[in-house]
Amino acid sequence: MTKKVIYSMNTAYRGEYTIYGYTFGNGEESACIVGAMRGNEFQQLYICSLLSKKLYELEGKGSVVSGKKILLIPSLNYSSFNVGKKYWISDNSDINRAFPGNPEGQATSRIAAAVLNQVSGYAYGIQFASFYMEGDFIPHVRMMETGKQSTSLANQFGMPYVLTAELRSYDKSTLNYNWQIRGTEAFSVYSGATETIDEESAQNAVSSVLRFLTRMGIIRYNCHAGYISTILDEEELLNIKSEKASGFFRKLVRPGTEVKRGEIIANIVNPMTGEIADDIYAPTDGIIFYTQNSPMVYQNTILFKIIRRLHN
Amino acid sequence: MIETVVSADMLIEEVVKVKKNHLAPDFPSGKEKRLSIVSGLHGDEVAGQYICYELIRRIKMQFEKLKGIVDVYPFINPMGLEAQSRVIPVFDTDMNTLFPGSEEGTFGEYTAARVLQDIKGSDICIDIHSSSVYLKEIPQVRINEDVADILIPYAARMNMDVIWVHPSSTVMAGSLVHSLNEAGVKAMVVESGVALKIDYEYANRIVDGIFCLMSDMGIWDEPVEDSCISKIARDSDVAFVNAESSGIFIPAVSHSARIGKGDVIGQIVNVLTGSVEETIYSPRAGIVFSLREYPVIEEGSLVARIFGGTDD
Repeated sequence: MTKKVIYSMNTAYRGEYTIYGYTFGNGEESACIVGAMRGNEFQQLYICSLLSKKLYELEGKGSVVSGKKILLIPSLNYSSFNVGKKYWISDNSDINRAFPGNPEGQATSRIAAAVLNQVSGYAYGIQFASFYMEGDFIPHVRMMETGKQSTSLANQFGMPYVLTAELRSYDKSTLNYNWQIRGTEAFSVYSGATETIDEESAQNAVSSVLRFLTRMGIIRYNCHAGYISTILDEEELLNIKSEKASGFFRKLVRPGTEVKRGEIIANIVNPMTGEIADDIYAPTDGIIFYTQNSPMVYQNTILFKIIRRLHN
Repeated sequence: MIETVVSADMLIEEVVKVKKNHLAPDFPSGKEKRLSIVSGLHGDEVAGQYICYELIRRIKMQFEKLKGIVDVYPFINPMGLEAQSRVIPVFDTDMNTLFPGSEEGTFGEYTAARVLQDIKGSDICIDIHSSSVYLKEIPQVRINEDVADILIPYAARMNMDVIWVHPSSTVMAGSLVHSLNEAGVKAMVVESGVALKIDYEYANRIVDGIFCLMSDMGIWDEPVEDSCISKIARDSDVAFVNAESSGIFIPAVSHSARIGKGDVIGQIVNVLTGSVEETIYSPRAGIVFSLREYPVIEEGSLVARIFGGTDD
């Protein structure tokens, strides 16, 4: 394991801020893994810490294939963890909306440019991402439909689902998009949680990355073969919203739960009276893919996303 | 007539409502032109609050001159205005990245979709901004390159110092004006001053500019002359000046003043050692178009923009 400086900058009160990367093996730039970009991505950083330890052990055993190099960048934005902010400490900007970046621009733009410069050229790029909505997911690999995405490669992670998604207006300023445009096969791995540590799904995320690296001939590691992923289009997921009322969100199902059409899957509870303000019904048979995880919800909040007409 | 465009129950008891004031002649013919004025997408930008008040007050003073429709939407992000938050509180999302929004989406996307739908059908829309807490801006219209030829004749009547043709975040994909232009509404951003403050001189000029436009559109039955001939700024006309050190910025020039090439814009000083870390010089002769307002600086912070001439 070699520690390297990805980017370093001077700050007014925190001294030098340095983004570190860790390389395993030598030679061809084979796989690059990027962790937390936001200061609330505890799960993403935790997965990187587990992966770092595992890759170090594998390297020590000679299990990184000769002539292959892996780069791991656990966090681009640890200052925001330190001050309890989600976005960049000084101006609240989002590094994952700053790509491809500008080396002469503002701080997050400079970080994006420096990181993209360091991670371009790798054959495979993996990012542990969080979604723009707070909540819990079934673990999955997400790919943007840039025209360069490969679902068959995404399948090699052996995660339960591969989700393809149409480009949103802001996607062109994300790492994943810019990675793909520069020729790296890029994947976003969603492990289920963000602001809390989910040990089981963190371990599964580590296994899925090690499985992928093994199948791509970058490391030698014996592990369970995982799933043959179900490929979903994000547009096929059905949103269930709190259309009628706000209040406490008492959810009765979890990601992965199979539900029947007409089944009550949550209650919205009036915070003053304790009365049920609304029952949330499953409008279709299917599997819960996403759940909101806030204790209380506004009206018109997305509470669930359901995979229609699929069974466990 | 006050109308509610979108409303949603908040967590406990309160309701968030986006409202508009629909100002129209008492006996409309059905062929009236329609101008929409939008403000408060960013909750820390308050100049638009005064502009909406003053515009409505002046229209009501001489209501007989109103020959078309003026829809005023003063607060698109009302929770942000109450909470002094640029973004949508709780969701921590910039409202002006969510357009065109989605009826199926979560709170912010749903609001964006409803607001967009309500404004569609307008002939022209002006989205009023007042910078951020970091920079003070001269009064300007911002438009994106792809619609510049269509919009410049209208922007020129807005009584602003500059029309800046630039892919700013407020006119890029995801913004309200970008979605409106795609929907056939001529939409532009007015930017001036600094967040959290109202510059009444700038604000009154913007109100005068809106009356110029209303007169041209046949909405206001009185000739109105603009007092300012706007200069058109393309990207090559504007130099960005970023800090290369950190500390406290002490300006040496006034905002909107003329500056010569090589003149000192300001210094960045170290508050612990009492030393000057960096003296920042102007790369060209011109006008101080934007000037740093918030004094805490990090490497990369935008200190000024200079408009005019070239670097040579």
